[in-house]
Amino acid sequence: MTTTTPIDTDLQQQDDHESDGHGHGEHPDLRMFGLATFLVADGMTFAGFFAAYLTYRAVNPLPPGAIYELELVLPVINTAILIASSFTFHRASKELMRGAMGACRGWLLLTAVMGLSFLGGQMVEYFELPFGLTDNLYASTFYALTGFHGLHVTLGALMILIVWFQAREPGRFTPSDHFGLAAAELYWHFVDVIWVVLFGLLYLL
Amino acid sequence: MRIPSAIITLIAGMALVLLGQWVANDVNWLPVSASTNAPVYDELFRVLLAIGTMLLVGMTGVVVYSLIRFRRRDGDQQDGPPVEGNLSLELFWTAIPAVVVLFLGIYSYDIYDRMGGMTDLNAHGMDHHAAELASVRQSQPGDEERIWGGIAPASSNEAVLPVEVTALQFAFVFHYPEQNITSGELHVPSGQAVELRMKANDVIHAFWVPEFRIKQDIIPGQPTVLTFTANQTGDYPIVCAELCGPYHGGMRSHVVVDEPESFATWVETNTPATLS
Amino acid sequence: MTIASPPSPSPQPLRLQPTGWLRYFSFSLDHKVIGLQYIVCGFLFYFVGGALAGVIRTELATPISDFVSRDTYNQVLTLHGTVMIFLWIVPVVNGGFGNYLIPFYVGARDMAFPRLNAVAFWMIPPSGLLLISSYFIGGAAQSGWTAYPPLSLTTPAMGQILWIVSVLLLGGSSIFGGINFIATILKFRQPGLKLMMLPMYCWAMLGTSILVVLATPVLAGTLILLSLDIVAHTGFFNPAAGGNAVVYQHLFWFYSHPAVYIMVLPAFGLVSEILPVHARKPLFGYVTMVYSIMAIVILGLVVWAHHMFTSGTPPWMRLFFTIATAFIAVPTGIKFFNWIATLWQGRLALNSAMLFSCAFILQFVFGGITGVALAQVPFDVHVHDTYFVVAHFHYIVYGGTVFVIFASIYHWFPKFSGRMLNEDLGRLHLALTFIGFNLCFAPQHWLGLNGMPRRVAEYDPQFSLINQISSVGALLMAISTLPFLINVVMSLLQGPAAGPNPWRALTPEWLTSSPPPVENWIGAAPLVEEPYGYGSSEGRIDVNQARGQDLWRQQP
Ligand code: HEA
Ligand code: HEA
Ligand code: CUA
Ligand SMILES: [Cu+2]
Repeated sequence: MTTTTPIDTDLQQQDDHESDGHGHGEHPDLRMFGLATFLVADGMTFAGFFAAYLTYRAVNPLPPGAIYELELVLPVINTAILIASSFTFHRASKELMRGAMGACRGWLLLTAVMGLSFLGGQMVEYFELPFGLTDNLYASTFYALTGFHGLHVTLGALMILIVWFQAREPGRFTPSDHFGLAAAELYWHFVDVIWVVLFGLLYLL
Repeated sequence: MRIPSAIITLIAGMALVLLGQWVANDVNWLPVSASTNAPVYDELFRVLLAIGTMLLVGMTGVVVYSLIRFRRRDGDQQDGPPVEGNLSLELFWTAIPAVVVLFLGIYSYDIYDRMGGMTDLNAHGMDHHAAELASVRQSQPGDEERIWGGIAPASSNEAVLPVEVTALQFAFVFHYPEQNITSGELHVPSGQAVELRMKANDVIHAFWVPEFRIKQDIIPGQPTVLTFTANQTGDYPIVCAELCGPYHGGMRSHVVVDEPESFATWVETNTPATLS
Repeated sequence: MTIASPPSPSPQPLRLQPTGWLRYFSFSLDHKVIGLQYIVCGFLFYFVGGALAGVIRTELATPISDFVSRDTYNQVLTLHGTVMIFLWIVPVVNGGFGNYLIPFYVGARDMAFPRLNAVAFWMIPPSGLLLISSYFIGGAAQSGWTAYPPLSLTTPAMGQILWIVSVLLLGGSSIFGGINFIATILKFRQPGLKLMMLPMYCWAMLGTSILVVLATPVLAGTLILLSLDIVAHTGFFNPAAGGNAVVYQHLFWFYSHPAVYIMVLPAFGLVSEILPVHARKPLFGYVTMVYSIMAIVILGLVVWAHHMFTSGTPPWMRLFFTIATAFIAVPTGIKFFNWIATLWQGRLALNSAMLFSCAFILQFVFGGITGVALAQVPFDVHVHDTYFVVAHFHYIVYGGTVFVIFASIYHWFPKFSGRMLNEDLGRLHLALTFIGFNLCFAPQHWLGLNGMPRRVAEYDPQFSLINQISSVGALLMAISTLPFLINVVMSLLQGPAAGPNPWRALTPEWLTSSPPPVENWIGAAPLVEEPYGYGSSEGRIDVNQARGQDLWRQQP
């Protein structure tokens, strides 16, 4: 049995929705939905890049001397780290669900460190690559794609660190209410999935 | 006496068809047609014009009629009948446009095929034409063996006159490789197929001769072939149709279609000394 | 069963929000304020874009380049196209009317994400100003609103970069808006309100927002690559550096074709709201309307290459895109036939809202027919990049969408302001705009067919007369804005009071006072199950006798 809500409290709730994430109004919390929609949009940006890259590979010949093959050792390790970090993040929210905040924070920190080491690995690779941004079309696409993804990883790692920091405050995230953490997690998985596709296209194809 | 609405509809429909026919046959909004391509094109244009006129006039008629016939009188506060839909009507006006556009699609495919547009210019070994085009490819060292779009003649057996076209800001340069003539104007003999081998030096341009009903973008890095046969002597404008900078509007030239004899004379007077 | 919990103590306005007219200049979270901010801001940019169109038409009154210099002309036409699309049409039909109406239609008191909403709006004025100011700092972009490389790589970099930045910001704003609309329509409906009970505008906005979310990011990515080409000298789109200019065109049109439906689907929705009210009949064929919107969304995503028929696309591609493009005529046609069936046997009030809507129908059908013609490759090969195309899209964007915007202003002004507009001035506005518009753009079809390319400041003198006629039409259009502006200003100050529901309409925004209170309804939100339940047969409520409350039920 639902009661129609009088306006003033309703307004208040909507405000709360936005400010601190304690919405218990008649409307469900839509922020995860909004984030998911945003990630669809973000995914389309990558889809555009991928399509461009594939078209280039199909129709634009490489200048003499340029290569498609890349050193694989470091990127594979990097990929493994990034994929693993999705699992550590998942572990963190599991701990949260159990109410073990300490463990949760530990896993969060580990995830952030893994994300940062991915970035570090990426940097190392950049410095070791035999080509620069403007050398040829393939080089440019390589840097544009990995760079754009790297920006996403950076943002994601920042988000994790913020969440990690916020999680110190008791009661900030509870098993039933932890939007910030859930958002960071969804985003992180997204970044991960994009990387897997990207890795397949750039390194394996 | 009330005339049954079915009869009115029938009469209106017939009037519309007649109107469409008349517009299609007796209204000419196109410039002179001066290539073998053009009449084919004009045929499609007339069909489109007829269908378009019937649709537009018909719908205008119904809207204007409704506005007058069903207008609300002063003080009338009533509602109209609560009709929310009608399945068979809705099916009807889904099916008719579907049939029309399908017909149009197939028809224009046929037209395009007759204009030579559907020929795959990169089909290796398809015909000797591919071999002929090899010269274009060779003129582009470093580029992959690839011709980008354009229109090829439907039959490639006749002797074609090759002309190399270079588009740059803001002019077209025509070079006749066999005669070794370079010119700012295009001269072509009437009745012979001409093959333009086009490339652009800086930005995208487009080669357009309205009287021939052909247009092709000339994109840097993408050698393009465009073939046409002019069949009406005269002097027609060549227009650059792709924004290419401040003087885009001034990037115009001429194509002079001559009788074969006069063309031969032109070639003669221009071949030897005019070119260093 | 509960009765609506009653006497809300005097509704509190949102805290820390200015009230009175000042709130229109604030970071307000009220969807109605944001909607009006979008609309008014859009109109201001419309006048800028219109003034630029004035420059274009003045230059084209003579066949030589005399009024402005050649590169200024290119800057002007680039700004005109960009301002009109990204700062006028898209924000107004999406953000403007969407924000105002959608919460009413879903029975909510605000959008799902009010703060995001305000952010989305406030991204617009700065990016618009940035775009326009680029003209004064070193010259605006001059490669057309399509910004095709390599031209856009060789024209002055500053203007092009500013153009890219502002379009990126506007695209971002539009994505935020889209996310908000999707969430609001799908998830923020009041309990008991089923999707198939929603007014048609909600469906139109849902379809549009799906397009925004799927297509706009691709444009963003493309423009990022383009700016790398300009700034970092990469060669994505620069053939001289091994790149490929056609890839840009594919990516650009992958957004910009759907963008045309982003400009027109909301207008379709608005017309679907206006016609039933003034024809006093239910919207004909609700269900097919919904399906055709979704069909347009899906088809709209796979037809982009019809802008590139002369770019050397492979034959199979041309064939596919011809058929797919022409097929959009089918769902679109369903909508038009449905509207005409809505008019049929109605009780049509010949007021400005109705007349503007009918003019829209005719002009859009005209533009649609030339569109279907353009979709045929062999036809397009002749008229691509000519004034025929210019005529096609002005028939659609101006004769279609802009006419709908005016119709909507006439329809919803009483709700926005609580006052009625003057009908005589409205009909004068209609007559002048209708004549001016057709005078301006109909002759351009002929120009295109006969050899006048677009984007030129100078042209073959044989076209002078027709161009002058077209310019006169443009002048008439400019004049026609006067009665409109006078009307709006006078009515705001001293128009007759409108009352809550001057049109005796059934959609939820009319079931509250005009202008509505901050929380939209005093008391519970009405549950409108039949937004188009007009009709005078037995068993229906007689709208004349009924009071507002009888028209909606309390929720169980
Ligand atoms: C709101 C904007 C809008 C809309 C809705 C449309 C709608 C359509 N457009 Fe248009 N178009 C533009 C804006 C728009 N366009 C712009 C801005 C450009 C130029 C961009 C640039 O280069 O700068 C352009 C360019 C453009 C081109 C490229 C031309 C060129 O550059 O060479 C083509 C080609 O196919 C095209 C086709 C169509 C078609 C088939 C539709 C269809 O959706 C129309 C469907 C509607 C109808 C057909 C009418 C109603 C239907 C019936 C009554 C049913 C019966 C009808 C039939 C059986 C035919 N448009
Ligand atoms: C999307 C909406 C839209 C709208 C509404 C318009 C409206 C108009 N357009 Fe626009 N136009 C485009 C979108 C639009 N256009 C696009 C996308 C292009 C392509 C650009 C490109 O090629 O890149 C284009 C290109 C274009 C051209 C082709 C330029 C060229 O190729 O060289 C022309 C030429 O006639 C033109 C004319 C007009 C006219 C006369 C109006 C009129 O309808 C405008 C009427 C409005 C007014 C007249 C405003 C009234 C207000 C005032 C007059 C106040 C004045 C104030 C001061 C002077 C301070 N437009
Ligand atoms: Cu060359 Cu326009
Ligand atoms: Cu399109």
